[in-house]
Amino acid sequence: MKLTELFFESLTTLTLNKTRTTLAILGIVIGIGSVIALMSLGQATQQSIQNQIESLGSNLLTVQPGSIQGGGGVRGQPGSRTTLTNDDAKALSSSTEITTINLVSPEYSTRSQIVSPQGNSNTQVIGATPAYFDVHKIALSDGALITQTDVDSLKKVAVVGPTVVTNLFPDGSNPIGKTIKIQNQNLTIIGITQAKGGSGFNNQDDIVYVPLTTAQKQLFGVSHLSSIALEAKNANLMFAAQDEVGYFLLARHKITDPTKADFSIMSQQDMINTITSTTTTFTTLLAGVAAISLLVGGIGIMNIMLVTVTERTREIGLRKALGAKKKVITTQFLIESVILTFTGGIIGIIFGIVTSFVISKITSSLFVVSPTSVMLAFLVSTAIGIIFGWYPAKKAADLQPIEALRYE
Amino acid sequence: MQNFPIIKIKNLSKIYKTEVLETIALSNVSFEVQKGEFVAIMGPSGSGKSTLMHIIGALDKPTSGEYFLDGQNVSKLDDDQLADIRNQKIGFIFQSYNLLPRTTTVKNVMLPMAYAGIDYQEREKRALEYLKIVGLGDHLHHTTNQLSGGQQQRVAIARALSMHPSILLADEPTGNIASKQADEIMAIFQKLNQEGNTIIMITHEPDIAQKSKRIIIIRDGQIVSDQPNRQEKI
Repeated sequence: MKLTELFFESLTTLTLNKTRTTLAILGIVIGIGSVIALMSLGQATQQSIQNQIESLGSNLLTVQPGSIQGGGGVRGQPGSRTTLTNDDAKALSSSTEITTINLVSPEYSTRSQIVSPQGNSNTQVIGATPAYFDVHKIALSDGALITQTDVDSLKKVAVVGPTVVTNLFPDGSNPIGKTIKIQNQNLTIIGITQAKGGSGFNNQDDIVYVPLTTAQKQLFGVSHLSSIALEAKNANLMFAAQDEVGYFLLARHKITDPTKADFSIMSQQDMINTITSTTTTFTTLLAGVAAISLLVGGIGIMNIMLVTVTERTREIGLRKALGAKKKVITTQFLIESVILTFTGGIIGIIFGIVTSFVISKITSSLFVVSPTSVMLAFLVSTAIGIIFGWYPAKKAADLQPIEALRYE
Repeated sequence: MQNFPIIKIKNLSKIYKTEVLETIALSNVSFEVQKGEFVAIMGPSGSGKSTLMHIIGALDKPTSGEYFLDGQNVSKLDDDQLADIRNQKIGFIFQSYNLLPRTTTVKNVMLPMAYAGIDYQEREKRALEYLKIVGLGDHLHHTTNQLSGGQQQRVAIARALSMHPSILLADEPTGNIASKQADEIMAIFQKLNQEGNTIIMITHEPDIAQKSKRIIIIRDGQIVSDQPNRQEKI
């Protein structure tokens, strides 16, 4: 008997038992659907985090005080040490030994209370030089950026992010030219940056930029830097730049043993890798949970098929009496279970994609469906049909025709 | 051709064993059936006639002894070879018809031909032909549950004939059918026999057995009588 014929016969049998067929399929739909939805959610999260990191600037290296090497002990919060200085930054930008770096942006960053006549907020304050805005790809929407003259002359000016504007000037008036207070010092707002997105602690729009020297001397009374951001000349030079800058600073700090370095250099790729590995674990975990529901769906298929075999014992006996060989019976029941799981797989994929689309709309996050996960879902649903259909099919094929014919 | 034994059974025994009990269903049974015969096998329940019919139908294997069907030693075959024998050589007609439920008469008749690998057009052609022969020419596309018992048994007969089997094997073919329709079924059997078909029929009803040409009576697993039916009722 040809495979196509067995296929249509199985299809007819399944349509005769609509309720049972639907319920069996439903188990697989939920299983495959949740795997697809959760995987695409995980991937969307990963993608959006990656996008956000990349928007911080390209070919970016960050030098921070303190070492990430050196085993054991409590590691101080980055920025709590004072080993990086303005002179380090100056040396980096003026040295002829450094050939891989385009831009050097010395930064001092802290949180502080900002006060305006209309309100106040606790905001990140960054002491920056003009290089900062190039390195971190920050564009202006109104007014002017901090200039080298502002830095040299310790000017009390500030560039603010759009979130700061809404927090401090809720009446919607143009804040340029207005005065805000940081650490009891009056600063004049000279510019507003463009919205960049981000949320929570990583809100890149809730920042006040002031000239680096103003931050260090006038506002916070420090002389060290919290980080130096560097832009490599191109992406291929990232590793070379990391080495070059590392050895340069070791020499400057008179440290011979690299494991005792009093600074660390992180590339943007390092950050992406760290976060990607975290989100990958998370995605795998989610998919694992969904896989359990798929397993339950598979067991449901097995259960239904076993009931079907018992219920159709006489029919199986008849088929064997009329000349059906074991292989034909096995194939017929396997086809039935694969039709169930494959149909469930297709509906599940659609269901999963729609679900993740709706979720991405509601949370206004990215919508990512990888073809790999869809292909995988097809394969897995078919495999489940074969694996969980095997035992019932074999049970049917092994029935003795006389026993089966006698069965009431 | 008249003397070619289509069935040759020699010293056939069947013993069912459970842990505590050994039941002898058939003991040393021997007989032959020639081509074109119409044999009724009679006996009370528990006599072993069903076991005999299962072995003749290649549904079960004997414990000892030999069974030749069409010259082939069936007692030595494996499961799949037995499936081929059932498919090619034996036309089954069961007491409870055993048709596929919710399936049309044509599809039912086509089923054994499908297992034989005959192509679809040929199957349909033959199915229509045999349904006409059994008088169901105008019930081709009814599903089986829309038919009466007698009609269902005719479908089963058409199905049994479709593979041109060596023997038609009927197990209480009229057991579930009202007497008027039963007579019609028996008339079909007699006509098929006249046309040269070999028929073996199991029954416990003397009336029905009287319509055959030879009656074998079994009791306690042994043949107690094997005689031509002299008072054959047409």
